[in-house]
Amino acid sequence: MRLTPTDWRNLALSGMALAFAACLPWLFGSYALSIGVTIAMYTVLATSWALFSGPTHYISLATAAFFGVGTYVTGIGIEHLPYWTLLPIAGVIGAVLAALVGLATLRLSGVYFVIFTLGLAEFIRQVITWAQNVSGTKGIYVLTSITEAHIYWQLLGLAALVYLLGWAIGRSRLGFALRIIGDDEQVARHSGIHTARAKILLFLVPGSVAAITGAILAPRYVYIEPSLAFAPMLSFQVVIMALLGGTGRLWGPLVGVIPFTFLWEGVSITVPNQTTLLLGLSFLVIVYLLPKGFVGLFGTIRRRMGSEGLV
Amino acid sequence: MDIIITGFLLGGTYALIAMGLNLQYGMARIMNLANGEMLVAGGFAAFWFWTAAQVSPLLTVFVVAPVAFAANWLIYLVFLRPLVKRARSRGQLEVDSILTTFGLSFVSVGLMLAVFGGDYFSYSYLSFPVHILGDSYGANRVAAFASAVVICGALWLWLDRSRPGLTIRAIAVSPDSARLVGIDVRKMAALAFALGGAVTATGGALISTFLTLDASTGVMFTLKALIIVIMGGVGDVRGTIVAALALGILETFVATVIDPGLTLAAAYLLFVVILLVRPQGLFGRRSA
Repeated sequence: MRLTPTDWRNLALSGMALAFAACLPWLFGSYALSIGVTIAMYTVLATSWALFSGPTHYISLATAAFFGVGTYVTGIGIEHLPYWTLLPIAGVIGAVLAALVGLATLRLSGVYFVIFTLGLAEFIRQVITWAQNVSGTKGIYVLTSITEAHIYWQLLGLAALVYLLGWAIGRSRLGFALRIIGDDEQVARHSGIHTARAKILLFLVPGSVAAITGAILAPRYVYIEPSLAFAPMLSFQVVIMALLGGTGRLWGPLVGVIPFTFLWEGVSITVPNQTTLLLGLSFLVIVYLLPKGFVGLFGTIRRRMGSEGLV
Repeated sequence: MDIIITGFLLGGTYALIAMGLNLQYGMARIMNLANGEMLVAGGFAAFWFWTAAQVSPLLTVFVVAPVAFAANWLIYLVFLRPLVKRARSRGQLEVDSILTTFGLSFVSVGLMLAVFGGDYFSYSYLSFPVHILGDSYGANRVAAFASAVVICGALWLWLDRSRPGLTIRAIAVSPDSARLVGIDVRKMAALAFALGGAVTATGGALISTFLTLDASTGVMFTLKALIIVIMGGVGDVRGTIVAALALGILETFVATVIDPGLTLAAAYLLFVVILLVRPQGLFGRRSA
């Protein structure tokens, strides 16, 4: 594939931004690092979410399910396998789960998909809780020597991978097919695109990425239990962050993740009971005020300034 | 036998809740994910009237229903009509209404948490046993079931026989053609949405007589109602009732035989089977 000078410039800029972000553990204190982990985690989740939901307009609420499965891969596997094998295993399991979900629902209309993914995390949580009751075990301890900084670097690496993947998909035949599906599914079908297959293939990305993220973060929790690993709030936060930033551009979700993380932290500290309210209001703000996210807002401002001869 | 009757009683109440959602999704074409919160609000009202003034939940219903009707009418006018107006396609309206009603759902959970706190709440009303076919059941369950049957029956008669019912069924089948024969689709859609909310809130008031609720249980009921509506076929009253009874029996079976913690998992498995085998619903015809 041929790269234009703009591509090289963007790649270089992204590489520099990544290198700068990687220095965070040495530059700032432990509080900044923990915020950094949160931001890196949501960036990975929201960006991979937007890779699928941006072009297809299917709202996936399965993030918590994949994430939880990932944490359990680490939780159970750490006793028996070396740590470095767990991340690929989590990725594969996440992809298989995503493929099953996709096969069951992506041939149907978007509503079925939303309902299905909404129930998925709760379904797996109930099954695991039941299995634990039957076998008499409780939660799992994950005791490792992995520090917060290690988790942060792993997440940064994963984020770089997701961005590269998103960029590659955008240039590929699959990406082209998806843009047509996003515009008009009927047209896509008539021009010979296997729409269900394209959607299922793409859904593997958020599934597998969220599972790997869960596997990376498991050591941070130390103690894993179903209600923690499969907390449904995670799915909604990811949806909001991605839509707030805007799914039209690869870097869009990042623009949503950073302010929302700070807002969320602020609200959780000052009025911890009102996070649900914040979540609800964010949804309404997105639908009524920012239907295309910050990315769309920037576009409008730029166009307006352009028409007034300012840029 | 015990399981079948208990499940049947539970399913009757589910039918009422799902009927409310079906009016909103099938007729008004709004996927309302805040449906469960309306149910919890109805339950809260019944709880509050009972503990404050010993008013029977069966009477509270007559207050809950009109209030919920008005509230849902307002929600439709303020939040949803602008979306219906700006939507270019059904798909876009679906995405927008899903996000909006999720927002409304979280806002109402947040408000209920702020007002009532996060505690579980329950009260004992009609908690003496009733004997049916040799086994005993809680009188509150039987009363809730009987009321649900009466309301479902009235609703079905109204939809099937009356002129407004006919109009609502017309907009469910084809909103575009309904306009051509002089039906005010916007007004009727708002009416169907408000009515659906009222039915669900009534179901909530009834279900609170025998189930424990808290501010954040709404989403569970939304999920169950959605599963019932899809299983029965969107816009199909008869299918909704059959599916609700089936789900009630299945849940009771799983809860008694395997584990009470698995009821939602069972409902979900049923949903998967439906999606794979009959995505158009039990009595639905395959559409193009």
